[in-house]
Amino acid sequence: MLWRSIVAVKRKGGGVARLDERRPRGWGCGNGPVGNHGMAIEIETKGTAAQSSGKGVGARLTRREDDRYLRGRGRYVGDIRLPGMLEMAFVRSPLAHAWVRGVTKPAEGGELVFAAADLAGVKGIRADSGLPGFRSSIQSILATDKVRHVGEPVAAVLAETRALAEDLAELVEIDLEELPAVHDMLRARDPDAPLLHAHWEENTFLESCVDTHFEDAARDAVVVVKRTYRTARQCMAPIEGRGCVAAWDRQLELLTLHSATQMPHIVRTGLAECLGLDHGQVRVVSPDVGGGFGYKGILLPEEVCAGFLAMKLDRPIRWLEDRREHLTAGANCREHAYEVTGYAAADGELLAVDCTAVVDSGAYSSYPFSACLEAAQVASILPGPYRMRGYRCRTWSVATNKPPILPFRGVARTGVCFAMELTMDALAREIGTTPEAIRLRNLVAPEEMPFVNITNKYFDSGDYPKALRRAVEAIDVAGVRARQETQTGRTRLGVGFAVFCEQGAHGTSVYQGWGIPMVPGFEQATARLTPDGGLELRVGVHSHGQGLETTLAQIAHEEIGVDPAKVKLVHGDTAYTPYSTGTWGSRCIVMAGGAVASACATLGERIRRIAAHLMQADPAEVVLADGAARTGGSEVSVEEVARTWYRKPQLLPEDMDARGLEATEGYKTVKDTGTFSYAAHAVVAEVDLELGDIRLRDYVIVEDAGTMINPMVVDGQVHGGAVQGIGTALFEEMPFDAAGQPLASTLADYHLPVAADIPAIRILHMETPSPLTRFGQKGIGESGAIGPPAAIANAVNDALAPFGVEVCEVPLTPERVLRALAEAQEAAG
Amino acid sequence: MKPSPFDYLAAPRLEEAKVALAAGTAKLMAGNQSLGPMLNLRLARPAAVVDVSLLPELRAVEEDADWVRLGAAVTHAEIEDREVPDPTPGWLQAVAGNIAHRAVRNRGTLGGSLAHADPAADWCIVMTGLFATAVIEGPEGLRRVALENFLTGPFATALRPGEILRAVEVPRPGDGARWGYWKFARQVGEFAKASAVVLIDPARGRSRCVVGALGRQPLVLHDPDSLVEGRRSPAEALRESLPESPPADLALHVAALSRALTQAKGEAPADARGGRT
Repeated sequence: MLWRSIVAVKRKGGGVARLDERRPRGWGCGNGPVGNHGMAIEIETKGTAAQSSGKGVGARLTRREDDRYLRGRGRYVGDIRLPGMLEMAFVRSPLAHAWVRGVTKPAEGGELVFAAADLAGVKGIRADSGLPGFRSSIQSILATDKVRHVGEPVAAVLAETRALAEDLAELVEIDLEELPAVHDMLRARDPDAPLLHAHWEENTFLESCVDTHFEDAARDAVVVVKRTYRTARQCMAPIEGRGCVAAWDRQLELLTLHSATQMPHIVRTGLAECLGLDHGQVRVVSPDVGGGFGYKGILLPEEVCAGFLAMKLDRPIRWLEDRREHLTAGANCREHAYEVTGYAAADGELLAVDCTAVVDSGAYSSYPFSACLEAAQVASILPGPYRMRGYRCRTWSVATNKPPILPFRGVARTGVCFAMELTMDALAREIGTTPEAIRLRNLVAPEEMPFVNITNKYFDSGDYPKALRRAVEAIDVAGVRARQETQTGRTRLGVGFAVFCEQGAHGTSVYQGWGIPMVPGFEQATARLTPDGGLELRVGVHSHGQGLETTLAQIAHEEIGVDPAKVKLVHGDTAYTPYSTGTWGSRCIVMAGGAVASACATLGERIRRIAAHLMQADPAEVVLADGAARTGGSEVSVEEVARTWYRKPQLLPEDMDARGLEATEGYKTVKDTGTFSYAAHAVVAEVDLELGDIRLRDYVIVEDAGTMINPMVVDGQVHGGAVQGIGTALFEEMPFDAAGQPLASTLADYHLPVAADIPAIRILHMETPSPLTRFGQKGIGESGAIGPPAAIANAVNDALAPFGVEVCEVPLTPERVLRALAEAQEAAG
Repeated sequence: MKPSPFDYLAAPRLEEAKVALAAGTAKLMAGNQSLGPMLNLRLARPAAVVDVSLLPELRAVEEDADWVRLGAAVTHAEIEDREVPDPTPGWLQAVAGNIAHRAVRNRGTLGGSLAHADPAADWCIVMTGLFATAVIEGPEGLRRVALENFLTGPFATALRPGEILRAVEVPRPGDGARWGYWKFARQVGEFAKASAVVLIDPARGRSRCVVGALGRQPLVLHDPDSLVEGRRSPAEALRESLPESPPADLALHVAALSRALTQAKGEAPADARGGRT
């Protein structure tokens, strides 16, 4: 093989690179192309000259997809119109919990109104967790006997335009018999709570418990703090909502669903199951997608309905989610409640953590993530980047009369980081030490890497304390403390930190353990040289803002020297791409990147053999660079190699590799435990004591994504995530009243962060390669969204510490801050 | 989110608009920044919409030594850009430039905002604070109503069926008049959570303190001089006027009034957040 002998590339200034000297111990575990000695290693550059081209791994290459995005030339589901297409609207439940006694269609136009009884042979959506004790739910495509949340589809209505469909929908009468609703997750398990699913004993999808030496470790504690935390239910608010166009092809006997989805193959599987079709009869196409964030991960009843009606009527059907549907009927995220007790020694050593957590999973288990992924993550990720001797965590995924919950960017990490990092600050205050000191005392140290933590997470590499130290310096903690000394008047400054790691690209063993019905295995990619010497890459993941059209081309360039401008990424179509679980879990640059590298390496080998024949040389001596194969003084273009293979085979000997210039390879990381990127967020916040208003005055993120394939793309991911995290921290909240009615039904009530709310975020990079991945890269897609609620709340609590105030609930609205101040004032008498 | 069907009439002259309105089933539309969303949410379902945004009578601006009369269809942006005369030393311009977003200001109108009467809207409190007068065109001709009587409740005005708000007459403040307007909007473009206006106009012998965003029409506080002179605190004034409101609910409004007073009295540089940073 002509792969480099090691995977880790640290590239500063090109040429031969050296690994970070603080490279962790224990590299080379497992099998694979991994260096195995704990010393600086030179990179073998044989076979590529990518390092000097400025286009390969590590280059800040401009994103090729931005040209069409920025000119408004993307093609989204909303841009797709097919001849004869009908638009679909839904009659949705106005009640959170009710028996459906009847659906009456209007006398005029009723033939284009469809209720559950019309969906013959269609199965509801079922996503069972593999974890023992899971209680199963079935999400009907259209409500059958019962509705379980406001906005649940009861009838589908078709018309030539959406406006006409909405007119017709108004004429459909639905007869509902209201039932008491479960709106508070903390009351869902009460003995007298109404049951959502009649065959359950209580409104709990799953209960779990882990206990590792908890009692023994907690016994020695000198300092104990106990806190309750809440994170609000959120909508995910991508710029583009969900949407689909379904069309049936009589000739091919093929249902094509154009859908704004992150994971076309998984949607295909789910859709085929619901409609009783073979996979061969279903094609899912995901065009440009205007933001995913998890919201575009799940299979929707609306999509199944569109598919069924397209087949039944033999006409294309389009449904475009509008903002009201998104806010009041679509899936939500983030709603967690915690009770955390931290146990520490007098010197600040964290001894043990005890937690009970409730996740409001809503009414149904959503396909494919299930209702329990969040809680499973809570239990396994809460300990964060810290050492501890004992740990106990009990979780409940409860069912309520709200839309299903799904994993939003960061998944449960945003909530657990909030709970853990506020507990660390509370311990620091109790002990009388600083937030940075208690963290430095307990963070896993670089010399301990790779480190197996208390929940068996395998931290692959990194220097967590250094990230924090750099953040402390960059945010100028000393300066903030000095300014705090002289504060008077109506505002107060505070500084806050959050340190966390982001497990990404984790594979089979992890997700099997979390029970989701979609366990990733090998990731595949196809690399195919076209007859004119261009390169087609086919991947089953989907790129919708991640920049994969650029970064995967950079990886191909790194392997075989092809110009990224000549690389065509084919993605988002199940007819053209290998099966994949898709884009989620910060996995693409590691998994699809690794698969593209493998496929290109294999392809490169075949190119070299043909080129060697044309140059009468030894294949092992052939170097691919700049679109040409060279050896000694000879050179042949890759274009000529392609032309020879496809169109002039008479020039080649009989014993050429019959598989030609197209290669599919599968890829797994060295261990499937995932990469652990990590970050330290540091923020300076100013709190107005009269208004409860919070302004972010400075924000620093020290981030380690391992080897960065494209640092500009990494910056973009971190920035975008951080803005969403600021939304979680300060603004976003979908409240429900006691009847289960959503109270923020427009964007005038559901507040998203806007440009003026965001300070100039400074990103400082570290670059510790992962020993587990092809280039040392780590998943980084969600990281930015994890830290802000914790860091900002810690900054606010630091600012308000002189008043004895701690705010433990996000978003940090003026009302919450003022209430906390008033309560502290009352308590003080 | 598509409106239910309606007929649309772009009225060429005021008379046509009055005739269309007389049928009783039409709704006036000016900048369409409030009505539009309500139509799309099907919360407003008029049989017809009469567009008055280009009516010459509602676009007219007149001025006199004592007042400026701004047509109801003058946009926020036109006030912001000084394309119409400002009877104050730039106060209207500052208010207009801080309403919602520029895209909203380009279309939204002064009269539309007042007729919609959102309790948190800028013009409702500002025009009340400036002693402005609503000039109303009705089937029986013109009538004039002081702004504090024009705004009768949340989203409620003194407009009778068939009447159109034609203009707003804003008196010129006297020499040496001082002004404070402070609103608390957490985000750019958001409606205010709390707002207050203070006008101190010794040359004309009058002062006014108004509190907005209370979920009702703007509250004109009695005895404004006691506030200006510091004989009564903002908290006391609000408690007296709204005895049934829990003090905690009034905290933001107290802060708004305090800051508007501070601005007007010139005790501190105008807080940039009367707006925001």
